[in-house]
Amino acid sequence: MFRRIDKAADTVAITFDGIPMRVDTEQTVAAALLSQGISTLRRSVVGDRPRAPYCLMGVCFECLVTIDGIQNRQACMTVVRDGMAISSQSGARSLDEGC
Amino acid sequence: MALRIIDDLHLLDREYDLAIIGAGPAGMAAAAQAAAAGARTILLDENPAPGGQIYRSIERNSPARRSFLGNDYWKGKGVLKAFLQCDAAYLPQALVWSVEQGETDGKAAVELRVSAGGKSSIVHARRVVFATGAMERPMPVRGWTLPGVMTIGAAQIALKSSGLVPDGRVVLAGSGPLLYLFADQLLQAGGNLVAVLDTTPRSNWAKALPFLPPFLVSPYLLKGLALFAKVRRSVPVFTGVGTIEVIGQDRATAIRFQAKGRTEEIGIDSAFLHQGVVPNNSLANATGCLLAWNDRQKCFQPELDTCGRSSLPAIYVAGDGGGIGGALVAEVGGRIAALAACLDLFPEKTRRIGPLLAKHEKRRRVLSRGRTFIDTLYQPAVAFRAPTDLETIACRCEEVTVGAIRDAAARNVVGPNQLKTMLRCGMGPCQGRMCTATITEILADVQQRSPAEIGTYRLRTPIKPVPLREFASLPLTPDAVQAVTGDHSDRS
Repeated sequence: MFRRIDKAADTVAITFDGIPMRVDTEQTVAAALLSQGISTLRRSVVGDRPRAPYCLMGVCFECLVTIDGIQNRQACMTVVRDGMAISSQSGARSLDEGC
Repeated sequence: MALRIIDDLHLLDREYDLAIIGAGPAGMAAAAQAAAAGARTILLDENPAPGGQIYRSIERNSPARRSFLGNDYWKGKGVLKAFLQCDAAYLPQALVWSVEQGETDGKAAVELRVSAGGKSSIVHARRVVFATGAMERPMPVRGWTLPGVMTIGAAQIALKSSGLVPDGRVVLAGSGPLLYLFADQLLQAGGNLVAVLDTTPRSNWAKALPFLPPFLVSPYLLKGLALFAKVRRSVPVFTGVGTIEVIGQDRATAIRFQAKGRTEEIGIDSAFLHQGVVPNNSLANATGCLLAWNDRQKCFQPELDTCGRSSLPAIYVAGDGGGIGGALVAEVGGRIAALAACLDLFPEKTRRIGPLLAKHEKRRRVLSRGRTFIDTLYQPAVAFRAPTDLETIACRCEEVTVGAIRDAAARNVVGPNQLKTMLRCGMGPCQGRMCTATITEILADVQQRSPAEIGTYRLRTPIKPVPLREFASLPLTPDAVQAVTGDHSDRS
């Protein structure tokens, strides 16, 4: 959905739903995924519809993902780190998946 | 002297004179001003770097690399420099999720609960300045929840902070100064902008005209006209756009709209929406500051005196979080609130602080010239504030439609808080941020009452979801122990 107009100094390795990718450092998880052409990060809780980051400033909570086993993290407020494992969320959360 | 950057909650002092929340222009200026006045100051901010949204990534960006961000953006370098050189503490990537005003030895004292690095802690301060900035007013249209649709503010954040430009065919839709500013930035950065849909009601021009004279001296007049002309030369601009619908199954593929009585449809890869900005007042609301309806800007904002003092004696609000005025007004507002707090903390310094305060208040009056014109001209159309399309989703989290809200409103629901319990609107993770404006305006529209009378959601802490383990690990205060166990002994 987005492309970068310039290159960052360094990259880190992350995975999204198990797929490995290298992304520029010093950016948020949401920006990193958008730059890889990934916009749908979850399916909605009530209607099971695809949702994507919307406000990119921590207000809308549309970009909630699971990061390193912790659910409901705001992808737009979390900076990428080497080795980060990110996964999409589908529907409502449950306690046994980590809290 | 230099800013002390704190990266661990253990390194916090036991108490500060002043805590400032938010590192945009208001927060950075407040920190520099308070530190200069001798207050032990800490600034806490949720983002990894200072700048807020308007000066996002200002530390890292340079005019050489990203000149298209424009001169108003580079003005942020000045306030950033003063902040980086000031004698304050700075805790980035820290979420202040609760603020409680209490008393210590008969004097006002504030307790802030802060989450950083997966842990929560308590920060004590004698005074607090909320510099929480603005957020975009929701623009509920059919299809606005589809991937491929974002706010214009979001697209600008992606550009400023990561150098990201939307791929493929882009349409911008909405109203407000940001519409043409971002259209121009996007074109300069190589984006494929195929149309701008301007929803500013034509009738706004007549309403705004009486307020034009003070705006004529504003530097924003020439800038605005130049931007408008420049964008029009490069891209089809549709003005007076009445209704908008985004079309697509699993992502946006087209945008349909009405302009000049005709229905048009344009194929897109992404659409960006914008209806101006409103104060981000979640923290003020949850802390218990009184809010008031601003009928010109169509939003709730904290009730403040001219120096930013809220209805709670230890809480001050500066910048757009207290009422929309833009970056330069926010910067001066930050200085004013910081000085007012210092005046209240150190009455013995009145002779030094008083004249400074007067000087900045005068400067703010000058900078605010022309604001009424901008507010009146860009007052969003009713169609986007109180939508009538029954299928449109109003509450994105709980997927509550305009139809459900209008139906409940017609059955004499008392207000937004009762509506919550009936429909669950405002009860998802965003805690009502994305629907509160729409809910208030729809209730006002259906029940023919003023938005001031309808009110807004009463928010509770934590203002954002915090893991339970962080709650559990907080130190217990003697008061908390007594409240639960009835035991007076100090077990914390």
